[in-house]
Amino acid sequence: MLSANLSAIFYLISGVLFILALRGLSSPETSRQGNFFGILGMIIAVTVTFLSIGNFSTGLVVVLIFLLLGGLIGAFIAYKIPMTAMPELVAGFHSLVGLAAVFVAIAAFLNPEAFNLGSPGNIKLGSLIEMSIGAAVGAITFSGSIIAFLKLQGIMSGSPITFKGQHPLNALILISIIIITYLLCSTQSSNLFWILLAISFLIGFLLIIPIGGADMPVVISMLNSYSGWAAAGIGFTLENTALIITGALVGSSGAILSYIMCKGMNRSFFNVILGGFGATEQSTSAQNKEQRPVKSGNADDAAFLMKNASSVIIVPGYGMAVAQAQHALREMVDTLKKNDIKVSYAIHPVAGRMPGHMNVLLAEANVPYDEVFELEEINNDFANADVAFVIGANDVTNPVAKTDPQSPIYGMPVLDVEKCKSVLFVKRSLSPGYAGIDNDLFYKENTLMLFADAKKMTEDITKNL
Amino acid sequence: MEIDPFIFRLSIFILSIFIGYYVVWSVTPSLHTPLMSVTNAISSVIIVGAIIAGLAGNSETIFNTSSIFGFLAISLAAINIFGGFLVTQRMLAMYKKKKKDK
Repeated sequence: MLSANLSAIFYLISGVLFILALRGLSSPETSRQGNFFGILGMIIAVTVTFLSIGNFSTGLVVVLIFLLLGGLIGAFIAYKIPMTAMPELVAGFHSLVGLAAVFVAIAAFLNPEAFNLGSPGNIKLGSLIEMSIGAAVGAITFSGSIIAFLKLQGIMSGSPITFKGQHPLNALILISIIIITYLLCSTQSSNLFWILLAISFLIGFLLIIPIGGADMPVVISMLNSYSGWAAAGIGFTLENTALIITGALVGSSGAILSYIMCKGMNRSFFNVILGGFGATEQSTSAQNKEQRPVKSGNADDAAFLMKNASSVIIVPGYGMAVAQAQHALREMVDTLKKNDIKVSYAIHPVAGRMPGHMNVLLAEANVPYDEVFELEEINNDFANADVAFVIGANDVTNPVAKTDPQSPIYGMPVLDVEKCKSVLFVKRSLSPGYAGIDNDLFYKENTLMLFADAKKMTEDITKNL
Repeated sequence: MEIDPFIFRLSIFILSIFIGYYVVWSVTPSLHTPLMSVTNAISSVIIVGAIIAGLAGNSETIFNTSSIFGFLAISLAAINIFGGFLVTQRMLAMYKKKKKDK
């Protein structure tokens, strides 16, 4: 049996390895090594836990069976999941972290002796507070992630669900969570503990339903952050350094990602959280619905334009993921490169449904990562490029964000696609994007609309090149 | 007067938030999706608590309410650990540099 001091040192080591795991992600070269550090840290933490308990009775077999069962399911999912479904997967995983935190908190509440926290009905005050916070945040993470998962899967409509009195109701529930936590700590009543869990589940659900599909990058990052804080809360209860360090890392990581995503949409965090973006702004777009001429073309025209270009910039968006067009796109680019045409990719921070979504899809299609650029890196190059090929993106290219202060997306950083000599815009119809506003780019002199499914159009262009 | 051990844990927590802040800002935006899946995996170190709960029962009563919640939490966290690390590895293996011959 490992002494408490020695195991604490090992937990510290695994915490440090987790820091190195995140540090490795600063560049693709070091990232694989970083992931290895993460795995090593996890193995150390789990092994030390077994050794420090030293109770190798029949219980151990049961523990190992459950561990193996979960491991097999996890490994199976990891190998089977298509890259386009990554946002759903991450949302699903967040819900599991949340639920695991809730279960651990329940176990600790029912059997505090096992964790050295006192006895049932007489749990140490500090531990009880930490436990309640961990459980409540875990429950919010769980139900919120479930809603995010259902919305991303398309099982639930992606449009925001709002109702009268939504914000007062949420505020009321949040206040009652605080009051119940206080009462729970002073009375140690198990009924209050269950009520606390129930309303935390409810508030997680209510917080996420008013948030629309395209705001999902913020929601996923936010839930990522919550899952970290839940883990940290439990870490304090268990007095476990590895868990505290990890919780803090994950919590701040998610918070930073949410911030980056909000900035990418020029919206404040509260604006996103309070929700209802797509629903409230539609009135402004309905007013100026005059018919304007649009130039549309076919694959042949597009191929002609690109063949005569010397540089092409590709702007992918969520539509590319939906149409699974990333492989077809790379084939088209390969053909272009054979004709000595310079091709690069421009990625907007909020393209897709989660941070980095487009980068993963392009990497899956074997696009080298040094051809893929972020908004700030590439935005000046549009003026010198011959063709911009917009595939599945919309609002992130809308020049209105720079010109019209009345527009709901005014001030949002956009890709300067209109500065290209010509713009090819692959889209199924002229319907406005998520923000519910018309894209001025459609009606520009140098824009050629290609009305088709992204994958089919890309394949057709390749044939014509 | 002795310092409450809670203060030490709080110090670790606060300092780790700062470490997280600086480390995550240095993560390249193209790896933000792997960042999320790996943070998912490492936050499942919560399995430590689940194992303690699961092993708390004595040989006569392996399955009491508390340890059953522990067992369930072990499975949930294990799904995340294996799923999270493996899917991250799968993603990272796809990030390749431009071939030199071009």
